[in-house]
Amino acid sequence: MGFLDILYFMVPVSIAYAAPLIFTALGGVFSERSGVVNIALEGLMVMGAFIGILFNLFFFDTFGSWTPWIALIAAMIVSGIFAILHAVASISFRADQVVSGVAINMLGLAIALFLTKMIFEKGQTDFIKKAIPNFDMPFLSDIPVIGPLFFKGIYGSSILAVVAAIITWYVIYKTPFGLRLRAVGEHPMAADTMGVNVNKIRYIAVIISGALAGIGGAIYSQTMTRDFGHATINGQGFMALAAMIFGKWHPIGAMGAAIFFGFAQALAVVGPSIPLIKEIPTGYLHALPYVVTILALAGFIGKATGPKANGKPYIKGSR
Amino acid sequence: MAKRKFGLALSVLLAAGTLLGACGSDNGEEATNEGNNSGGGESASEYSVAMVTDVGGVDDKSFNQAAWKGIQEFGEDNGLEKGDGGFDYLQSAGEEDYIPNLNALARRDFNLVFGVGFMMQDALDEIASQQKDTEFAIIDAVVEQPNTVSLLFKEHEGSYLAGVAAALMTESKKVGFVGGMENEVIHRFESGFVQGVEAVDPSIEVDIQYTGAFDKAELGKTTANRMYSSGVDIIFHAAGGTGNGVFSEAKERKSNDPDANVWVIGVDSDQYDEGAVGDVNVTLTSMLKRVDVAVKDISEKGMNGEFPGGEVITYGISEDGVALADSRGNIPEDIMAQIDEYQEKIASGEIEVKEYPEGKEPK
Repeated sequence: MGFLDILYFMVPVSIAYAAPLIFTALGGVFSERSGVVNIALEGLMVMGAFIGILFNLFFFDTFGSWTPWIALIAAMIVSGIFAILHAVASISFRADQVVSGVAINMLGLAIALFLTKMIFEKGQTDFIKKAIPNFDMPFLSDIPVIGPLFFKGIYGSSILAVVAAIITWYVIYKTPFGLRLRAVGEHPMAADTMGVNVNKIRYIAVIISGALAGIGGAIYSQTMTRDFGHATINGQGFMALAAMIFGKWHPIGAMGAAIFFGFAQALAVVGPSIPLIKEIPTGYLHALPYVVTILALAGFIGKATGPKANGKPYIKGSR
Repeated sequence: MAKRKFGLALSVLLAAGTLLGACGSDNGEEATNEGNNSGGGESASEYSVAMVTDVGGVDDKSFNQAAWKGIQEFGEDNGLEKGDGGFDYLQSAGEEDYIPNLNALARRDFNLVFGVGFMMQDALDEIASQQKDTEFAIIDAVVEQPNTVSLLFKEHEGSYLAGVAAALMTESKKVGFVGGMENEVIHRFESGFVQGVEAVDPSIEVDIQYTGAFDKAELGKTTANRMYSSGVDIIFHAAGGTGNGVFSEAKERKSNDPDANVWVIGVDSDQYDEGAVGDVNVTLTSMLKRVDVAVKDISEKGMNGEFPGGEVITYGISEDGVALADSRGNIPEDIMAQIDEYQEKIASGEIEVKEYPEGKEPK
């Protein structure tokens, strides 16, 4: 493989890998910017992946080729509702947000697997008939170099992820709601004094984060595995969490980090067919994505500081 | 000081509580046991069989399911019922369940207890040394105990046939192998496949890649993407859930371009359903590991009082332990006939398949 061929392979693969992570990491940005730690992303993704497959299987006959997209909406709604559990526990009842998140992670997988057993009477669902398709973008894919890099064999979901990152950036940094969201996450008492309803903003943020993680999960299951089982989502939620921190709680940063993870992952796969890298034992190549992440976090990004009030429940009147 | 003493007292209390708690649940189990036994007392003299599943569960479409199928068939053939004194299984939710599950089945007086999967090796070794009156069998691993039989499969023989099928069917003269983690079992798959391809046409290139995981579909998909992009047209996977991604990639290519020449060879069980894209199918065939045959065989031997304790038994082509699945027309009949010839040659010992790839022999 020549250098360009390798790039033509790696860039689309990284973007495809990153799409579910981008959505989930954006969910994390919303939640944590408002001051609620969201370790529950993994469980919310599991829920999204399960609902996406379930909807796709049951409604394929009704919606035909639009099914995967409508399944994303279904996953978004269900995971959004599921996230309310986390919101109630950590905002209204002021439970430890990490503990509540871990509970959601366990509960999400347990509910999804239990329902799978009840509905399908086996350990995993059937295979969906229609997955999220990839296609060559007309005209744009004919541009030399850039075309094959970014517009050949691209998934609609990947375009959606990039658009979502830009919208999230706009919402958080350019709208009154975004300003309140950030204020609530940095200094809830100040925001409260100015008449912002802290709990309401936090509830909205956690529900949005559930919805986005649900989309992420459904994208993953409808592109990568095409069925749902116990191993469908394993660790992607935590990768998204890492991407969010890596991206310094910034939507565009999180997107960049997710694509970077994808790139490291693709390098590990393509490595054995590149002349020099071929000599490296495969074990090291498999560890590459994680090593690169640690190096990047420790060396090149600088200190990653989260929102100041992240993880602290807000109690009115306390100092 | 007082605080420390209090802490000590607390931990003693906790430890005692845990121990007593364990006793309590054990008693409970024995009590239900007796209840069941008195209910179906007439089956007490019969040979009862049970198994402990790996984390996949009895419906994992893989070896747990196959083992359970074998036990069920054995039960049906001998008029046994599910439950104590007949046949049963316990599911493991994680590695920590292996020992309690094996122990529970031995205490429920099953004559023969199967541990399914090499992950259970240490747990089964421990329990077999304690429960000397129960017969044990382990699949895919070796446990050296006088009351335990170890069941292995000649994956390399089945994979050899998969290699022959791939070599006869490839048009691009390039085939691929996607493995999960590198271990002895998966090396046998690789070795057999490569030799099968070479036997047909040494000029065919075999692209071998290990993904390092059995449960990462995205790695399988990316690896398959790389292979198909580089001109490979048939991929044999031995990668469990990671192999799911191989199927996704093949199906994606097939649905974008119905003329695309992409195939997957499945593993362990018949993966025909995995390969369906609309009206066509990307599953060329599957390399079957007949755990059910082995389980049934050992159960019958045990029932007849011929339990081969302490032995290691390997099931290959001649024992019907490995085979290729029905291709349902994806492999034309004349090629099928050629594959059968190779199969007979292996069964008769004319072809000897090497167990490990060169340079990857276990130390």
